[in-house]
Amino acid sequence: MKNQKNIIEVEGLWKKFGSFAANKDLTFQVKAGEIFGFLGANGAGKTTAIKILCGLWKPTSGKVKVSGFDVYTETNKIKTNIGYMSQKFSLYEDLTPVENIRFYGGIYGLGKKVIRDRTEEALQNLKLENVANSPVKSLPLGWKQKLSFTVAMVHKPKIVFLDEPTGGVDPITRRQFWNMIYEAANRGVTIFVTTHYMDEAEYCDRVSIMADGEIKALDTPANLKLQFNAETMNDVFLKLARNG
Amino acid sequence: MKQFIGLLRKEFYHIFRDYRTLLILFGMPVVQLLIFGFALTNDIKNAPIAILDHSKDELSRQLTQKILSSGYFILVENLESEDAIEASFKKGNIKQVLILEQGFASKIERDGSASLQILADASDPNIARILTNYIMGIVNDFQNELMKDTKLPVEITPEVKMLYNTELKSVFMFVPGVITVLLLLISAMMTSISIAREKEMGTMEVLLVSPLRPIQIIIGKVLPYVILAFTLAVVILLLGYFVFDVPVRGSVVLLLVYSIIYIVLALSLGIFISSVVNSQQVAMLISMAALMLPTIMLSGFIFPVENMPWPLQWMSYIIPAKWFIIIIRGVMLKAIGVGLLWKETLILFVMIAFFIGLSVKKFKIRLE
Repeated sequence: MKNQKNIIEVEGLWKKFGSFAANKDLTFQVKAGEIFGFLGANGAGKTTAIKILCGLWKPTSGKVKVSGFDVYTETNKIKTNIGYMSQKFSLYEDLTPVENIRFYGGIYGLGKKVIRDRTEEALQNLKLENVANSPVKSLPLGWKQKLSFTVAMVHKPKIVFLDEPTGGVDPITRRQFWNMIYEAANRGVTIFVTTHYMDEAEYCDRVSIMADGEIKALDTPANLKLQFNAETMNDVFLKLARNG
Repeated sequence: MKQFIGLLRKEFYHIFRDYRTLLILFGMPVVQLLIFGFALTNDIKNAPIAILDHSKDELSRQLTQKILSSGYFILVENLESEDAIEASFKKGNIKQVLILEQGFASKIERDGSASLQILADASDPNIARILTNYIMGIVNDFQNELMKDTKLPVEITPEVKMLYNTELKSVFMFVPGVITVLLLLISAMMTSISIAREKEMGTMEVLLVSPLRPIQIIIGKVLPYVILAFTLAVVILLLGYFVFDVPVRGSVVLLLVYSIIYIVLALSLGIFISSVVNSQQVAMLISMAALMLPTIMLSGFIFPVENMPWPLQWMSYIIPAKWFIIIIRGVMLKAIGVGLLWKETLILFVMIAFFIGLSVKKFKIRLE
């Protein structure tokens, strides 16, 4: 929490599909430079909320601002200011790491020189120089995941959305991945992350827990454990899920 | 624009890295054309026949000589009497027997008419019909020569006249047909698969989150296949021209323009398919079942639509290939211009508008 400015502001957000409400009256703020954990069981409405924050879907009602831009009218400005990494890692398997970085840099309108510099930087940081020109499908999952994160950050967004970024990856790689997240947060990037691993929830600055389309709790992990009289975040989650 | 070029470059990487698919794409038309052109050809060469010449005079010998030197027939045996005919057929190695009546030459000299009987093995009616046509053509020719020499009227055999394809070359039908089927397959199947792949891999989400507009994404995905399909059409035309002497009698420019219109139609069909499905397998299955079979069976490529029962005829109206095949045959073989093809052209455009409209609607519902 390097400064107290809100970079995401959501107030009274509703999203309905016919008679079914996927998001019910969500209100929360995310501060610039914060690691914000967005937790909830499958089907709790996380994905819907993320799609709205990314400018893919319009809310049914409510006020939503991302990086100071309105999701109803300024989705294009939002899109240039955010990065997105999906749980499938979203790399082109038949392209090399270099080509993937160049492609994503290109669709964000970066210049040739900028792309070249950032590609070099990324390959060094990830120690991928040796495989820079072999197709992504030959890389181990952990490397793909790091590359995917780097690609999501290639245009230096203010906010990056990570949708279950650590699925199917071993604990050591997960730990390394979280180190990358911390580094990005230290540079002032806001991290909006969903996860099913409760130990990862402990790494977040603040955590919100959703159930049935509503936010049931939102605070720092320490405060949440105090509030629900629980030993771990896992217990907090189970208590909330049981009530819901 | 720069973003868009990046998108195109990426798509070409996909195409060229997947060299197996590329090989199939370009190998398939070549192999198909060669098979259709040479092996499956309806042209019959060296058909075994027998001749029963009752008169054995100058004229009858000239006629049989002319028939045998045409290259279509090979003489297996000279029969001596009618009794030998059935045995000869039953051995199964001849397709036809020609019978020239007694006193062939003298009858022509005296009455100006003589008869030639053709017995055909109709267990394969298609071959029988074709061989009969060949012989009638040759006899007709022979008769004309006689009239020129003798300046006497000579009996007129039923005249069979073949328009546009005087030699009954079936490759004239196959080249337009192969183009029609392949352009549709490649354009519709390849685009639907490649868009479905982006959905399956989750990269479509990332593209949608990026500042690219949906229309840029779609055009970026589709344009490389327009280029690919167009190249293929040109390759098939060249192959037809140089290997099989299939001419383009009408305007080449018009033919290419029509090919592009048809490719766009096939692509809009592909986009529509991909807007309905979420996996590559389903996209492939739908393209195969819903596009390939009806296109081959009902477009008039192999089987004439006019001979089908009316429910199938009605079905053929909604098949894009049926209309394109009329256009492409018209332009290539009959040298027709837009004036006579306005109805087919209009239908192609209506179909394009229909499928694109439908896809846009589906797309909007998903973004809702």
